Amino acid sequence: MTDKNQAMTDTHYNFAYLDEQTKRMIRRALLKGLAIPGYQVPFASREMPMPYGWGTGGVQVSAAVLTPEDRMKVIDQGADDTTNAVSIRKFFERTAGVDTTERTAEATVIQTRHRIPETELTEDQILVYQVPIPEPLRFLEPRETETRKMHALEEYGLMHVKLYEDIARHGNIATAYAYPVKVEGRYVMDPSPIPKFDNPKMEMAAIQLFGAGREQRIYAVPPYTRVVSLDFEDYPFEPSKADHACDLCGAQNSYLDEVIVDDAGGRMFVCSDTDFCTTRRDGGHVGRLGAPGTEDAA
Amino acid sequence: MTPLLKVKDIAKFYGGRIGCTDVGFDLYPGEVMGIVGESGSGKSTLLNCLAGHLAPDRGQVLFDTRTDGLKDIVTMSEPERRMLARTDWAFVHQHARDGLRMGVSAGGNVGERLMAVGARHYGDIRAQAIDWLGRVEIPEDRVDDRPDAFSGGMQQRLQIARNLVTGPRLVFMDEPTGGLDVSVQARLLDLLRGLVREMGLSAIIVTHDLAVVRLLADRLMVMKSGHVVETGLTDQVLDDPQHAYTQLLVSSVLQV
Amino acid sequence: MIEIENVAKHFVLHNQGSAVIPVMTGAELCVAPGECVALTGSSGAGKSTLMRMIYGNYLTQAGRIMVGGVDVARAEPREIIALRRHTLGYVSQFLRVVPRVPTLDVVAEPLLAVGRPVDEARARARALLSGLNIPRRLWALSPTTFSGGEQQRVNIARGFAYDYPAMLLDEPTASLDARNREVVLGLIEGAKTRGAAIVGIFHDEIARDRVCDRQVDVSAFAPKAA
Repeated sequence: MTDKNQAMTDTHYNFAYLDEQTKRMIRRALLKGLAIPGYQVPFASREMPMPYGWGTGGVQVSAAVLTPEDRMKVIDQGADDTTNAVSIRKFFERTAGVDTTERTAEATVIQTRHRIPETELTEDQILVYQVPIPEPLRFLEPRETETRKMHALEEYGLMHVKLYEDIARHGNIATAYAYPVKVEGRYVMDPSPIPKFDNPKMEMAAIQLFGAGREQRIYAVPPYTRVVSLDFEDYPFEPSKADHACDLCGAQNSYLDEVIVDDAGGRMFVCSDTDFCTTRRDGGHVGRLGAPGTEDAA
Repeated sequence: MTPLLKVKDIAKFYGGRIGCTDVGFDLYPGEVMGIVGESGSGKSTLLNCLAGHLAPDRGQVLFDTRTDGLKDIVTMSEPERRMLARTDWAFVHQHARDGLRMGVSAGGNVGERLMAVGARHYGDIRAQAIDWLGRVEIPEDRVDDRPDAFSGGMQQRLQIARNLVTGPRLVFMDEPTGGLDVSVQARLLDLLRGLVREMGLSAIIVTHDLAVVRLLADRLMVMKSGHVVETGLTDQVLDDPQHAYTQLLVSSVLQV
Repeated sequence: MIEIENVAKHFVLHNQGSAVIPVMTGAELCVAPGECVALTGSSGAGKSTLMRMIYGNYLTQAGRIMVGGVDVARAEPREIIALRRHTLGYVSQFLRVVPRVPTLDVVAEPLLAVGRPVDEARARARALLSGLNIPRRLWALSPTTFSGGEQQRVNIARGFAYDYPAMLLDEPTASLDARNREVVLGLIEGAKTRGAAIVGIFHDEIARDRVCDRQVDVSAFAPKAA
């Protein structure tokens, strides 16, 4: 991008790209979503300067909640430095001029794709999820008219049929991500494709907002809301992760990515949350293949 | 004895056309009623009005609910009607595909109604599903197969198991043996007869097959052009038909 | 037990020029418990028709047909079903069953229908089938493939499985050999002894004379100047 483009952006776009009327519309949807935790609120999703599937829903939600004083963090699969995260972070740097950070603790708004940060979030933070398919019943009941009715009448037997099928086929509940939850004892909700390892973290102090751009749905979980992962009495929910410690920082209890390091079957496990890993290594924690400090193992 | 279902003056019109009209009858617990007539006679329209799939333009369909006694399903709230539909009622479709989830295993298909009413123990659900598969003569080792791997007759039996697992009191059947081989039909009829007797089911069976009603139904209702033209004991209607249309119907059956 | 008063019947053939065929008028019949009455008359005189009217299989246009306190001529279908289940048995000439059902279950069914335990019903069925000389190896098979005589005996076994207070027998000894005929006559006498009221059609005169107390000629009920 040239300086000329930079200048045009700053002066010609409204704060955070969207016009104020659109942001008001989205905020109304967000407030309704917060008032009815887990309920999918339809909203008039706008065309965004990025393709569907790249977080258009999350971006619109972030744009609607950002203020000039906010400090924003964007992660994709837990990492701040992946294409999707970098693009969205730059988008808001340019269109809103807000500060950005990679530090979870320092951010006020965190937009995420497929992860919840390992660091516990606080009441001063907002977590914005990018959602591809907001309807948890979709794959069992394709009719939207019918799924809406099922939500309205709390007919959720079908959700357990999915889990039943998992156990029948794999011997356990094999659903590893987008694991369905029941919010505040009422609505069954798709938590977006986060690993089920993250599900227990959803009972948190921060506000959680979910945006699905293509599907034009917004939903929300207010702070300290009960979020229960569905299960069977004899097959209780288990948050699972790779049975390793992080090879860089040695963390035992963080969600890990498996990285193939050569073509001879060599592999390593590293924290998917890059900020968490970096912070630990800065604090002197060392894993199997890691070196102390910020130096990379690879 | 209170009737299980009390139907009063049901009418359904499609614009100016009559779907069915002036239909009324009482169905008592344990009774099986057949509705026969040619296609377009209004028998399926009537069945759908009774089962709450279609809203009739006139009339009442009173069902003897477990908690509140006779209640009109036409004016009842939708949640209540849907609750009835998955507990006390069963609906067996002519095409098993309409009544099954083709992407879900046989066990999941049977277990769905249990889970819908709150069953949350996988082992129990599976055990009940297997028990029901056995009752409809589907071997246990097929429990994890999807219905599209089943023959037509098996699919139909699976549909019946899926419907009866919650111990309904009223079963609606729309041409349950239609599209099946004669040999498979006989097996299904025998199965249905046994289940009806063992479970004390009441049933309403829509069919154009007079042999089916002779074997399954206690009573018969003959429909033509949306009107009921004759009712009575099944063998009486078939052996001593009074109405011209019924006489035609009975005399048109091919002899084997 | 069975009382018929002033009963009339005609058929209307709507598809054959609405021809009205009167078949019976002013029929009277009274059968007491323990009594067996034979219907006689030439073929076509209306013996089977009257029998079917008593069973509710044919509609009755006029008069009363009281069986065990129920007027069959006017009863609701479910009343007739209950009557057939608990009071009125019928042994027809032809066996009509669901294909595939084993003979043993066909015979046991009337007992199961009144709620008797399966073991008891099957035991009774076995006793009847062996009494009627149906080979044991056939019991697990459907009777649809049996010979005419075998089917007839299965039909009789089924008809006598439950002790009906009233019974209708349509040619129960037709197509039976001497030995089985004797068994059937024994069953009929047994039913009379326990107090069943029986109406029967017997072409077999010796059998008729042995079990029947009276004869009623249905030709007397033929419509005049038909």
